[in-house]
Amino acid sequence: MLDVAQLARIELSKAEETKFAGQLGAVLENFELLNKVDTNGIEPTAQVTGLTNVFRDDEVKNSGDRESRDELLSNAPEVDDGSIKVPGVFNND
Amino acid sequence: MTDLYKLTISEATKKLKAGEITPSELLESVIERIEKVEPKINSYITKTFDIAREQAKQSDERYKNHQSISDLDGIPVALKDVFCTKGVKSTAASKILDDFIPPYSATVVEKLENAGAIMLGKVNTDEFTMGSSTENSAFGPTHNPWDVSRVPGGSSGGSAAAVAADECLFSLGTDTGGSIRQPASFCSVTGLKVTYGLVSRNGVISYASSFDTIGPIAKSAADVAIILNIIAGNDPQDSTSVKDKLPDYKTFLGKDIKGKKIGIPKEFYGAGLNPEVGSIIKSAIEKLKSLGVEVEEMSLPMTDYAIATYYIIAKSEASSNLARYDGVRYGHSEIKNKKLEIKNLIDLYFKNRTVGFGDEAKRSIMMGTHTLSSGYHDAYYKKAAQVRTLIKKEYEDAFKKYDVLVTPVSPFTAFKIGEKLEDPLSMYLADVDTVPINPAGVPAMSIPAGFTSNGLPVGMQIIGPHLGEGKIIEIADAFQRATDYHLKKPKL
Repeated sequence: MLDVAQLARIELSKAEETKFAGQLGAVLENFELLNKVDTNGIEPTAQVTGLTNVFRDDEVKNSGDRESRDELLSNAPEVDDGSIKVPGVFNND
Repeated sequence: MTDLYKLTISEATKKLKAGEITPSELLESVIERIEKVEPKINSYITKTFDIAREQAKQSDERYKNHQSISDLDGIPVALKDVFCTKGVKSTAASKILDDFIPPYSATVVEKLENAGAIMLGKVNTDEFTMGSSTENSAFGPTHNPWDVSRVPGGSSGGSAAAVAADECLFSLGTDTGGSIRQPASFCSVTGLKVTYGLVSRNGVISYASSFDTIGPIAKSAADVAIILNIIAGNDPQDSTSVKDKLPDYKTFLGKDIKGKKIGIPKEFYGAGLNPEVGSIIKSAIEKLKSLGVEVEEMSLPMTDYAIATYYIIAKSEASSNLARYDGVRYGHSEIKNKKLEIKNLIDLYFKNRTVGFGDEAKRSIMMGTHTLSSGYHDAYYKKAAQVRTLIKKEYEDAFKKYDVLVTPVSPFTAFKIGEKLEDPLSMYLADVDTVPINPAGVPAMSIPAGFTSNGLPVGMQIIGPHLGEGKIIEIADAFQRATDYHLKKPKL
């Protein structure tokens, strides 16, 4: 449970760890029944549209002007001269 | 005319075109209704009455000049809070987006705006649409208008409750595993899960990308047809949207359904089905027979594997879709919280996500991370994706023989608030009648079919073939012309 939480970037308290482990354990145990299905030679389905290669031409459409860039950045908590500020990746002290 | 809020879209448009009422008058009636019943229901996360009043004024002018632009011109709508609305807070009922103001609107929102619909506001949902009760919301649960101690269903519970309580003339919701159909059933309204890809997902906050659909929740199948005409269709910004030419869905109304073949899959009528619900559905089927349809019992054996298939794939896709929420580019951030020791970027990710996500979202992310992780991927995700192929094929084969299939929407009626919250497995198993449809990608509608002895609504599910919304609307509309369950209103 802790490894999975680590991968998902979520912190769990001891109590949460126990609670979630129990709940998810019950769920996954219930889902073991899938093993009863014979899926030999069956292709997995990734999508049900039947569409393939939905492309558009590589042409510039809405070019990013100052206004829409500022709009996009307006939701970031810390912005500095058109860039988003974050704590250093390698900071450790 | 103080009861304008009770009107259906069809009725309202008739009165608007005839000049009997104006869009502003209709809007004020609905606003007054919202202010009166909201304290009991809690559907609305964000009300946009200022915007609505501006839009209504413009619609007033259009109707005055006999220049209305669509069947939805002047009609007030509530949007599930997973549709991005430019300049208006869009939260997915999550703390992690509680201050998020999108710089653009979803394609369907733009379609509704261009059709002249009036935006009342954003309504409640389970967080990121994960849930079947609208209790997993950062803004408190929504209450079922038929019994406020009970859930409205989920995740589109805010939408269904708002329509049932006449707090809007229609709503748009989303359905990934039953999230339109089940609340429609619990609240006695009409809700359509469309064929996957029929309605654009651009600008809609994702849960499971290969299951998510957008659909109408309204007071009748006739209203659903009207809404579908406006929102369905290809969108170049959604590469999974259908390219087929689509019909005018209103042409399926007022039809004689004699001779239609209806399949009754026995797996949906087993031991878990509440007996009262079962007998209401059976009576509804008898009603359909009296309208001339041929009914035959049949079997969909893969149904028993649908819940596991659905949840493994859905939670896997969800863990991927929710990976983007880190409070860096948008959304809730703890970066300025001096009490937490955020030393570096990864600390920030942990803190923002831990504080921002609720329990069900966290559980979902962790389950999906697990089922996709190396060593488990084949056993869970790949296996489920293979079983999905078998489920899809079963529906395709069924529709070679039958026009539609009819089943209950839920094994039981609306449960009490709090009853299933600590037992996620029990909550998941509640979806047994709706989840098989999403892996197959086919459409299905929930319509009111009756009430139990303690006054709780029961919905009937009509399942159709790929792009078969017309077949469903034909049957649903015929049923509603012969019954009055959908006309009943809760006492509020």
